[in-house]
Amino acid sequence: MAVKLEIDTRPKFVLAVVDSLVMIRRSSTHIIRNTDQLLGTFFQPIMFLVLFTSVFGGAIATGGGSYVNFLMAGIIVQTIAFGSTTTAIAICNDLQKGIVDRFRSLPMSNLAVLNGHVVSDLFRNGISTIVMLLAGLVIGFRPTADFGEWLTIVGLLALFTLSISWLSAIVGVVAKSVEGVQWLTFVVIFPLTFASTAFVPAESMSSWLKPFAENQPVSHMVDAIRALLVGTPAGDSILWSIVWSLGILIVSIPVAAWLFKRKTTQ
Amino acid sequence: MTKKDVVIEVEGLVKSYGDTEVLKGIDLTVERGTMLALLGPNGAGKTTTVRILSTLLGFNAGAVSIEGHDVRSEADDVRSVIGLTGQSAAVDEMLTGRENLVMMGRLYHLTKESAKARAEELLEDFDLVKAAGRPAKTYSGGMRRRLDLAVSLIATPPVIFLDEPTTGLDPRSRIAMWDIINKLKQNGATILLTTQYLEEADQLADQIVVIDGGKVIAQGTAKQLKAKIGKDRLELTFASDKLFAAAKKALGKKLLDSDDTERTVTALLKDTNVDVRQVLDILAKEDIKFESMAVHKPTLDDVFLSLTGKQTDSSEEKA
Ligand SMILES: Nc1ncnc2c1ncn2[C@@H]1O[C@H](COP(=O)(O)OP(=O)(O)OP(=O)(O)O)[C@@H](O)[C@H]1O
Ligand SMILES: [Mg+2]
Repeated sequence: MAVKLEIDTRPKFVLAVVDSLVMIRRSSTHIIRNTDQLLGTFFQPIMFLVLFTSVFGGAIATGGGSYVNFLMAGIIVQTIAFGSTTTAIAICNDLQKGIVDRFRSLPMSNLAVLNGHVVSDLFRNGISTIVMLLAGLVIGFRPTADFGEWLTIVGLLALFTLSISWLSAIVGVVAKSVEGVQWLTFVVIFPLTFASTAFVPAESMSSWLKPFAENQPVSHMVDAIRALLVGTPAGDSILWSIVWSLGILIVSIPVAAWLFKRKTTQ
Repeated sequence: MTKKDVVIEVEGLVKSYGDTEVLKGIDLTVERGTMLALLGPNGAGKTTTVRILSTLLGFNAGAVSIEGHDVRSEADDVRSVIGLTGQSAAVDEMLTGRENLVMMGRLYHLTKESAKARAEELLEDFDLVKAAGRPAKTYSGGMRRRLDLAVSLIATPPVIFLDEPTTGLDPRSRIAMWDIINKLKQNGATILLTTQYLEEADQLADQIVVIDGGKVIAQGTAKQLKAKIGKDRLELTFASDKLFAAAKKALGKKLLDSDDTERTVTALLKDTNVDVRQVLDILAKEDIKFESMAVHKPTLDDVFLSLTGKQTDSSEEKA
């Protein structure tokens, strides 16, 4: 043992941040090296965008503007919601392997493992959102947002991504297998995104669905982003989307951490 | 210091899953710089014990302390002095060998420079330099095991837990792993190792604790355990079936075992000096010539068998 080891002596909370940074780097490396999934990150949103605009473009009345201008916000939020499944899968995978045991036998915070996956998901979603916006521009999307509105969009989407990823983290901890994750997220995410204002205006929905679609978190987020992107009426959707996201975060972080600890201690 | 320097102390450890008690009051002590082998068949409770000692699992009764720290109330202190190599390899498959090591070093709160330097040193020691830049999923079983162990040593912990470190390795890799483990001990580490291989416990450990069904059924040095049932055996082989049959008859009560296909007879020796002479005298009197002769020391396999009444994996393996 020739090498002299130096221990990082900075205060505890600094070390906790270091732990999380190390884990974020790990999860991000996973994302970059998992080429299949990475291809999906690029092409799935483009495919959705092109398919939806060409299939529904003519049929859906959006009250004036072009369908691609209407759709953009919806497709961004939907992609983020669907993409959150990868957080759950990554956590579920970790738990099934011995590696979590190793992490837990270290003097590091439990939350760092979850943090790593959630935050790296933010990067991945950032990439796919930019790809989508560029693809949108090619097929006729014309945003009217000014600089301040773009900043608000980035902030809102980051908040939305974090909240839905933490929710997804709970699924990842609870699920017994990766198949279980897919099934669980499918029954939650699918109805939330399709029974929303992401693809069609609420006015066109049947009367029993309309109240749900108008008031659920995904719709608020879509309405807020759409208003900021192309100047549709915002109502109080920005406020509601912040309230919903923060609410989900405040509940899901401690729940995920508690479940994770319980699952790994028994 | 006359008082024993105890590093790992376990008293009356009880663990249940629901209604099933899988550990039924285990006591262990491991002194500084020594190696204890926890020996037991499948399901004996080895992994459960190691997981409790390394703070990963709670327990129902008893007391466990590592370097004087209680594993429950001072888990973080315990974690900063232990290194764990679990039964299933716990390396990150997507990361390279080097990245795995540096990551773990950082999580042990080494500085970046220290973690990197130490990683290079371990890659060197564990013969992984060539593979250091490849993702761990491309490693062979032996390499993965070595990486796994290297990772747990990144912060040179003074207390090391190894859960079946050589299971699944070929004989050459196993011997290489034994060398590595012996070096750790020479460097002063206190080690608790679990194994199903009696030979392994015999080769490596200062002290052996045999567990079965969640209970300690024997403990001591390999020598002491062997002495427990330990009588030498005399094995004689004959050239023809006729001689073999005659020998079996002549030996009568002295005969312990015989093997028809190999034409060997085994006699138990209570006192090697006297009994060998007696057996040879009997055969000489009847003029029965043997082909070859050997005296066997009892192996830990024999000990194990007589203690647990079970056949072990290592004897299957030899076949
Ligand atoms: N999570 C669990 N729930 C219920 N029973 C369990 C659980 N984990 C282990 N057991 C039981 O506890 C007993 C001891 O298991 P343990 O894994 O400690 O054995 P082991 O000695 O390590 O065996 P092996 O040599 O196969 O690794 C077994 O009977 C096992 O079935
Ligand atoms: Mg085991």
